[in-house]
Amino acid sequence: MKRIAISLLLVTSLLFALACERKGGPSASNGTGTIVVGYYGDLSGRTSNFGQSTKEGVLMAADEINKAGGLNGRQVQILSEDDEGRPEKAATVVTKLIDQDKVVALLGEVASGNTLAAAPKAQGAKVPMISPSSTNPAVTQVGDYIFRVCFIDPFQGEVMAKFAANTLKAKKAAIMLDFNSPYSRGLTEFFEAAFKKLGGQIVNQQSYTQGDRDYKGQLTAIRSASPDVIYVPGYYGEVGVIAKQAQQLGIKAPLLGGDGWDATQLWELGGDALNGDFISNHYSVDDPSPAIQKFVADYQARYSKRPDALAALGYDAMKVLAEGIKKAGTTDGPKLRDAIAQTKDFAGVTGTISLDAQRNAVKPAVVLKLQDKKYIYQETIYPEGMGPQTKAAPAATTEAPGKAGN
Amino acid sequence: MDTFVQQLINGLTIGAIYALLALGYTMVYGILRLINFAHGDIYMVGAFAGFFLATQLGFAAGPSLVGLVIVLIGAMIIAALVGMAIERFAYRPIRKYARMTTLITAIGVSLLIENGFVAKLGAAPRAFPQLLQEQSYTLFGNAAISKSQILIFGVSIFLMLLLQWIIFKTKVGTAMRAVSFNLNSAKLMGINTDMIISVTFALGSALAAAGGVLTAQYNPQIDPLMGIITGLKAFVAAVLGGIGNIPGAVLGGLLIGLAETFVVGYGQNVGVPTTFRDAVAFAILILVLLFRPSGLLGSTVQEKV
Repeated sequence: MKRIAISLLLVTSLLFALACERKGGPSASNGTGTIVVGYYGDLSGRTSNFGQSTKEGVLMAADEINKAGGLNGRQVQILSEDDEGRPEKAATVVTKLIDQDKVVALLGEVASGNTLAAAPKAQGAKVPMISPSSTNPAVTQVGDYIFRVCFIDPFQGEVMAKFAANTLKAKKAAIMLDFNSPYSRGLTEFFEAAFKKLGGQIVNQQSYTQGDRDYKGQLTAIRSASPDVIYVPGYYGEVGVIAKQAQQLGIKAPLLGGDGWDATQLWELGGDALNGDFISNHYSVDDPSPAIQKFVADYQARYSKRPDALAALGYDAMKVLAEGIKKAGTTDGPKLRDAIAQTKDFAGVTGTISLDAQRNAVKPAVVLKLQDKKYIYQETIYPEGMGPQTKAAPAATTEAPGKAGN
Repeated sequence: MDTFVQQLINGLTIGAIYALLALGYTMVYGILRLINFAHGDIYMVGAFAGFFLATQLGFAAGPSLVGLVIVLIGAMIIAALVGMAIERFAYRPIRKYARMTTLITAIGVSLLIENGFVAKLGAAPRAFPQLLQEQSYTLFGNAAISKSQILIFGVSIFLMLLLQWIIFKTKVGTAMRAVSFNLNSAKLMGINTDMIISVTFALGSALAAAGGVLTAQYNPQIDPLMGIITGLKAFVAAVLGGIGNIPGAVLGGLLIGLAETFVVGYGQNVGVPTTFRDAVAFAILILVLLFRPSGLLGSTVQEKV
C-alpha cells in the first residue's frame, strides 16, 4: 500500500513538473525576463563562412538593441545552434530551439536547402522565422510564418542575365550549376529564361555536386562551346576551385555568380583566377551612404574585418524582428507574425526593406566586379516598380525590369 | 580533337592519384588479404599533414619549390607513421581471428579517423597553400596542361618506379614478396613478418599521402571527408586491375580516372548526366565482379583445399 502511495506521489509530481515546464520558461509570451531568439546556421560545415558571418551580424544587432534599452523593456538573448550545413541537422536544431529553448522567433539559414528543411518546423509551431539570406522562392511559400529580408532568385537570376546581355554584351552563355542545391537550380532556371528573353543563347550546361574536387571535365566541355560568359550560381567552396581550374584550362570568358560567392574563403581558394568575374549581391561594402558606412565601421571595430553581405543581412534580419516585437508589444507567435508582415520602408543596411504579400523583401541588387580580393561596384539593378529614389546610383537601371516573383 | 586531348589529360591526372592510392590497397591485400578501408583516410591525413607543415613552417606565404619538396616528403613520413600505428594497434592484435573481423575493424578505424578529424578540426574545407607557381602550357590548339598536372605525372611516375625497385631489387622487397606468397612459410624461413607487414603499411601510406598533397596542389581544397569517395574509387581501381597485382593497380587507377572524366565530358551527348561520374566507378566494379572477378591483370588463383 505504502509503495503504491509513493509511486502515485511520484507520478503526480512528475506530471506537475511537466505542466509547469510547458507554461513557464523564461520567454513565455507575456512574461518579463529576456526575449530568447534562436539562431541556426552552418558554423562548422562546408558553408561555415556563411553561418559565422550571419551570426556576427545578428549578435551585433542584438547588442545594439540591448544597449539602447532592449525591446519593450526586456533584453534580447540569442541562442545559437550549429546545423553543420546539413538540411536534416537544420530541422533537428530548429525543433530543439522551439521545443526545448522555447524561442519566440528564429533567424536563419543562409543556404535555401537548409532553410527549406527547417521552415516547416517553425510554421508548425507558429514561431516566426526570418531568413536573412535564403533566396530560393520556395522558402517563404512554406507558410505565413516564414519571412526573409533579401530579394529572391527570380530577381537575382534576372539581374545577372541583364548585366550579361546589356552591359557585357554577351550573346552566348554557358551554365555550370550545383546539381543538388535548390539555390543553384533556381538561379539557373531564372537566369536562363531572362537571358533567352534578352536575345541570348545558352550554349552549354554542365553540373557538379557539392564536394566534387575536379571540374576540368565539365569546364573542358564548356570551353569547346566557346561562350562569352559562364554563369556559376554556386557556393564559394566549389566556385573558388572552379575559377582556378577554368584559369588553368585557359578559359578567358568571365564567370558570373550570385551572393553565394561572397565569403572570405573564396579568395583563398580562387586567388587571382577570380579577377574579372562578376557577382550579384545584396549590398556593396564600398557604398558611400552613411547608413552602410556606419555599419561597416562598427563591424570593423567589433570583429576587425570587413562585413560581407551575409553579415549585413543577419544584422538587418535581427533589426526587422526587433521592430516587429516592438510593434506587436508582445512575443506571442500570431501577433508577432502579423507585426513582422507589416514591415514597410524599414531602413536597413542592405537597403529599404518592405515585405510583400509573399513575405519577401523587395530590394534592388548590386553587381560587383571581383578584382584583387576586392568587390568593385558596377551598377544597381532595381526590381519592377522601384526606381533609384533612395540613392543616386551612377548609371543605374538598364531598362524596365521584368516581373520579379513567381 | 583538342577537347578530346584535354579530357585525356584531365582523366589521366585524377587517374594518377587513384593509382597512387590503389597501390596501397593492393599491397596490403597482397600480404594480409585485408581490404584496408582506412586507406582513403590516410590520403586525407597526408593532405592535412601537408597543410599543417606548410602553414607551420611558413611556406604558406608564397610559392616555393623547396617548401613543396619538404612538405611532400614530410607528409609522406607522417602518413607512413600513422599507417604503421594503425597496423600495430588496430590490425595486428586481431590478425589471428577471422578475416571478417579485420575487415570490420578497418571500417571502424576509417570512421574513427574521419570523425576524429571532424571533431577536432571541423568539417569546413580549408584552402591548401599554393606552393607551386601555377602556370598553364598550351600543347596544341586549346589543349592545356598546368604545372600542377605535370607535377602529379612526374611525382607519381617516379614513386611507382621507386616502388617497383623496392619490391624487386631490395631485400625488403624480396621479403615482402615472400610474405605475400605465404606468410607462414616466410616466417619459417626466418623473415620477420611483423616488420615486413609494417613496412608494407608504411609504403602504402606514404604513397597515399603523396597523392593527398599532390591533389591539394592541383585542387586547393581539403576537408576531413575528402578520402571517402576517392578511397572507394581507388579501391575499385585496385579490383579492376586485379587486387594484389601492382601494375594492375596503376592500370585500374588510370582507367577509372579516364572513365569518370569521359562520362563528365561526353556523357551528356548520349544522355548520361554529369552527376553519374561517381556512379561510373561502381558500375565498373559490378561488371568486373560479374565477368572477371580476378581483374584485368589478376590471375585466377586455385583455392587451396
